[in-house]
This record gives sequence, structure tokens and C-alpha cells, in this order.
Amino acid sequence: MAQPVTGRIPRSIDETAAMLEAHDYLAGTALATVLFLALRMKRPLFLEGEAGVGKTEIAKVLARSLDRPLIRLQCYEGLDIASAVYEWNYPAQMLEIRLSEAVGMVDRQRIESDIFSERFLIRRPVLQAISSSAGRAPVFLIDELDRTDEAFEAFLLEVLSDYQVTIPELGTIRANEPPIVIITTNRTREIHDALKRRCLYHWVDYPQAAQELEIIRRKVPGCSETLSREIVAYVQKLRTIDLFKNPGVAETIDWATALTELDTLALDPETLADTLGTLLKYQDDIARIEGAEGRKLLSQVKAELAAPG
Amino acid sequence: MTPRADSTARQEPPGAGRLADNIVYFSRALRRAGMRIGPAAIADAIEAVAAIGIGSRDEFYAALQCTLLKRHEDQPLFDEAFRLFWRRRDLVRKMIALMSPVAPPRASDERRRRAGEARLGDALLGGREDARPPRETSEIELDARHTVSGREVFRKADFAQMSAAEIAEARKALSSLLLPFDRVRTRRFRASRRPIRVDPRTTMRDAMRLGGDFILPRFREPRLVHPPVVVLADISGSMSQYSRIFLHFLHGLTEQRRRVHTFLFGTRLTNVTRQMRNRDPDEALDECVAAVKDWSGGTRIGEALHEFNRRWSRRVLGQGAVVLLITDGLERDDTAQLEAETDRLHRACRRLIWLNPLLRFDGFEARARGVRAMLPHVDELRAVHNLESVADLVKSLSGRRTRNADPRRFLVKPVGGLRAHPPDDRD
Repeated sequence: MAQPVTGRIPRSIDETAAMLEAHDYLAGTALATVLFLALRMKRPLFLEGEAGVGKTEIAKVLARSLDRPLIRLQCYEGLDIASAVYEWNYPAQMLEIRLSEAVGMVDRQRIESDIFSERFLIRRPVLQAISSSAGRAPVFLIDELDRTDEAFEAFLLEVLSDYQVTIPELGTIRANEPPIVIITTNRTREIHDALKRRCLYHWVDYPQAAQELEIIRRKVPGCSETLSREIVAYVQKLRTIDLFKNPGVAETIDWATALTELDTLALDPETLADTLGTLLKYQDDIARIEGAEGRKLLSQVKAELAAPG
Repeated sequence: MTPRADSTARQEPPGAGRLADNIVYFSRALRRAGMRIGPAAIADAIEAVAAIGIGSRDEFYAALQCTLLKRHEDQPLFDEAFRLFWRRRDLVRKMIALMSPVAPPRASDERRRRAGEARLGDALLGGREDARPPRETSEIELDARHTVSGREVFRKADFAQMSAAEIAEARKALSSLLLPFDRVRTRRFRASRRPIRVDPRTTMRDAMRLGGDFILPRFREPRLVHPPVVVLADISGSMSQYSRIFLHFLHGLTEQRRRVHTFLFGTRLTNVTRQMRNRDPDEALDECVAAVKDWSGGTRIGEALHEFNRRWSRRVLGQGAVVLLITDGLERDDTAQLEAETDRLHRACRRLIWLNPLLRFDGFEARARGVRAMLPHVDELRAVHNLESVADLVKSLSGRRTRNADPRRFLVKPVGGLRAHPPDDRD
């Protein structure tokens, strides 16, 4: 196992995995490879996957372990240049004009260059991400890109290809060093191929049982070993039946935390029924698992864990 | 012809030239199998492999995967291809030959099927939803009958070519289409004359042009757009006579509006959105025909809706889409599932409009079990008085909500109503 490093770009895949693990993020070979390549090839990383599998977490951990600032652009429908890139501080500009009138200044050029200067510029995430000092390029997280519309996606495509933004009154602002870009999407809309082409693509999947168990151990330290095993086995089972919304890792952690808070030592049908709301988020799914099906799964899990080997 | 890729990979370990060639070869095989891989992606793959150096098979696999694979649906295909390609070279040629999608006939495509190809084909195409069956020839006009696992009938739908005049007329009709609730306010703005909201950015810029002496307010208003349209069209036996015309209609719609997703279903659901984006309508229809496996088989509406709700609804209904469901509602299976799935679909979209060709019969009465199961969960049930032309389709879809479109109307038993539809003629 390579020694974890902090603050510099890892030099191998093992080093990448160790670096993430040092910050309690367990990445499989595929994810560690993709991350390493994204850092190495200086390409944006495009993470797609179901909700709650830890996509956003990757960016946060990366920022922590590389010791870089994290700049987050949370996308929503109708996100526009004014809220994503920059905005002028209009009230302050108005005041400035009034003031210069009051002192009798008549030089048009002066006023113009004055009120459209850095002083009145409000920097939004995209501009922050590309105006960093050299060597300290931030981690730029573009979260839930699928919520924006195509117009913004097209604009982003432009930003990601040359890392520069043009502001008519100020000119072009170019990044000294491109930020480390992480894009996440929940697939509520298909992202255009042109954007994906620029990125390295990774589908973040639900973790395997062993990995999920390790995650519970790290994230919910108060959870007993027996209970953790049962929780993970049960959640893994749930993902194999045809639910409308499978529980993600975030839900598993929530459930483990809830059960630990309730001082549960082992799963039983009543506790299961009472705490299902932390695990399943659709009424149809809850109704299904509350009944006989949930109990059957539980007895299966118990039998499997009791079996030697 | 393999392009020389050596120039793209710098700092190569010795002997990587051969590896680069192999990666190019592998990428081209994937491309032939229907994955979208551009030259830039291939160059990336070579660069990525060079960057990780000689390591474990898993790392190599991950490096190729993140550079070549850009759509999650292609994962099974990629896995299978990787397994085969990087293990046994002699299968590659067969693999490429076998995975070629239907293309215009070329002289080099004439090949004899060898033993083992069919097995490999099953292995390669089995995990893909939209894989095409291996065909005897690449002639598109052939009426080829296949029987796969003895259940599904593969039949070529017969699309007569539309004349240029017909197409022009259809386009004209489409431009006047206005679906109910067809304008959605976005949170973006455009310049406006109405003094409702001040637009500070233009106001300041204009003021500067005048030296700041006058600050004349400029205004803006929210921009209106069409919501996305998601179409679920039934192409089963009872609907096949209408298929051609509504495919033309959908092609025109896809051309005019950017956000249209099209799904066809009979016994299974096929997403033909990308095929519909082809410029030429006839070509687009041909591609659709090639993509769909069960043309004019039976109907399993409930099963198709279930599939849609599970695999697609979150991905295409995200932005307040209007769903257009084109089916006669004659369900072959159990209707309990159909009801539950229609209900779920209804709750996931902005508006669910059901277009039913059976409504043409006067005194239509919802007697078929499938129809009765679906009716309570749709917002509108619209008649298509004549499904022979796109113009009529547009006419029936346009306009505000009318009493005639209220689905609950049909649940009330009219006195002395006729049976609306011919008896089920399912095979």
C-alpha cells in the first residue's frame, strides 16, 4: 500500500486510492484509476450514477486531500450567467454615478472605467474557479448538471474547453492553471454527447458488500459488528429486488446511524418496519417491504449470516 | 486501414506502439458494434494507458473504460468486448464481422456465417437492450422473418415513402401545433417592452453609453419555452396501420422542437430518440424499423410502461415533460399492473395526454379492461378523427382543454352505446 500524501497530485493509482482512503473514502480500482487519470491528463471528470452513491463526496474528499479550495456550483433549472459566472453590483454602481455627479465630475470615460472595475464585480463560482493563483487551482464541483438546461450546458462546454470567460467591460479572464473539474449528474436528463466527449466518464455504482461494510465501520463507529453485517446484507438484498428507488450508500449510513441511536443490537421485524423511512423514500416501496416480503428477506439474511463461511 | 496512433501517445514505454495499434483496433471494433467513439476518444485512451503504465488488468480496463465508454447503457457491450478482445485475438475478426449493425450493402460485407458465430453473437448482443438481431443480409427492403425463442415475430413494417409534397404539408401542419399547456415560463429572461421588471445589466450598459446622465430603465420578462415532449407509441398489431403516420409526425416534431424523446413499444420498449434525429424522414424511419425488434407483435402496455417507469422516467421526465401516449389500450396481460403503472407515469409528468385511434368510432365506450384501467389516470383522452394525415393529428392535439378530452366522460355508461371497437384480434 502506498503512503497517503496530502497536498500534491498523486503519482500512481495506488497513491490515489491511499489518498482517498486516508480521508475515509473507499474507492474501487476503477474509480481510483479514473481519478488518477483525470488529475494526470487534466481533464474534467464526469460522474454519473443514482442518487446517494457518493458522487458529490468524491469532490469534497478530493479537495480536502489535495488541500485545495472547493468551489461548488449547485445547478438548478434556469441557472444563468448572472448567477453562475459574474454579476455587477448595480446599487453600488448607481451610487457611484450619483456621487461623481455630486462632485461635478463630467469625464465620461473616467466614470465608465470606474464603475465597471473589479471593485463592483461580484464573482460567481465559474469566475472564482478560473481566477485562481498558479499552483493552487481549486477543485471545481459542478453538481447535478442535469438540472440545468441545454443553453447552460453549451456555455459550460465553452468554459471547459479553454477555461476563460469574457466580460465585455473588463476583457477576457483566463485561468493560469485549469481547475480540477468534477461534474456530477443524477441522470434526470441525458447530457449532450459533446460535453461528455471532453470528460473522462465514470458510472458510480452501488458498492459491493465488503466495501459497504467497511464504509459503515468508518462512518458509524458506534454500530456493532453484528448489526453492521445485518444492515449491509439486508441493503444488498433490497437492491436486488425490483424497487422503484434503491437505497444508496447515504441511506445505508443513515439507517445504521438511526439503528445505533435506537440502541439496536440486531435487526428484528418491528425495528425494521419502524425505521424503513430512512432507507426507502417511496410509499410503494415501503408498503412492499413493511409486509411479508420484508420479513422474508430478513429471515434470509439471518440464515445466511448464521451459516458458517 | 489503421491510422498511425504513435504520434498521439507521448512518453511511451517501449513496445507500446503495438499496444496503441491494438487499442485503435479495439476502439474500432466497439464503434462497429454501435458505440459512439470519436478519434479524440481513441487518442485519449492511448494517452491514458500510457499514463498508467504497465499495471494490472483491472487498471488497464478502467483506463480504457473511462475514455471510451461515455454511456452507461453500453457497459455490458464494452465488458463483453473487452473480455473477448484482450484474451483471444482470433475471435476479433469474427466479432467485428458479427457486430456490424445493418449498413448499406457493401461488397466486402458478403460473408458466410461460420459455426460458433451465432453463439458468440448471443454472448455479445445478449446484454444489450437495443442490439439488433444478426441478419442474413444487409438488405433493408427484405421481409425477413426471424423467430427468436419462438415468441416474438420479427416483421418488417411497411413504410411507403412519403412524397415531397406530403412532407412539406406535414411540416406546415406541425408548425401550427400547439399542445395544451404548451408554454412554460423559464427562469431565464429576454428583453421586453412591458415595464414590469427592470433589467439592471442592460440599464447600466445603456446608461454608460450616454455618459451616465440619463439612466433609462430597460425591462425584461421571463422567456417562454415548449416543455419537453415524451412520446410513448404503441406499434403492436392492432396499431400497426397507424404506425407510419405517427412516426412521420414524431419525426417532424423532433425536427422542430429540440426536446422530444420517442419510445416505441409492443411487447418491449425501444428508445428511438436518436434514430428520429436523422435529417431525412425516410432514413429515420428505416433506422427506427431496424432498431425495433417486435414490430407488430402483441401488446403488453403494462409491461412497457413498467419498463419506462423503471428505466427512463427519471431521465426524460425531469424537466416537466408532457407525455403523449399513443395506444388503443387493448391490453393482453393483467390490467392491475397497467393501472398501477399508468398512475405512476401520471404522477411523474406535467401532463399525460392519451391519443386513442379507437375514439373515432361514434359512441365510444370504455369497455375494454385495459382502457378502463388507464382512463382514471390520464389528464386527457383525445380522439384522432382521421389518422391518415399528420395535419389531422396536429389538429386533434392542438388547442386548449376541452370537455371532449376529459377522460372521465367515457367512464360513464352512455345509454344504448355501441361497442366501440372491433373484438380483440390478438395473436
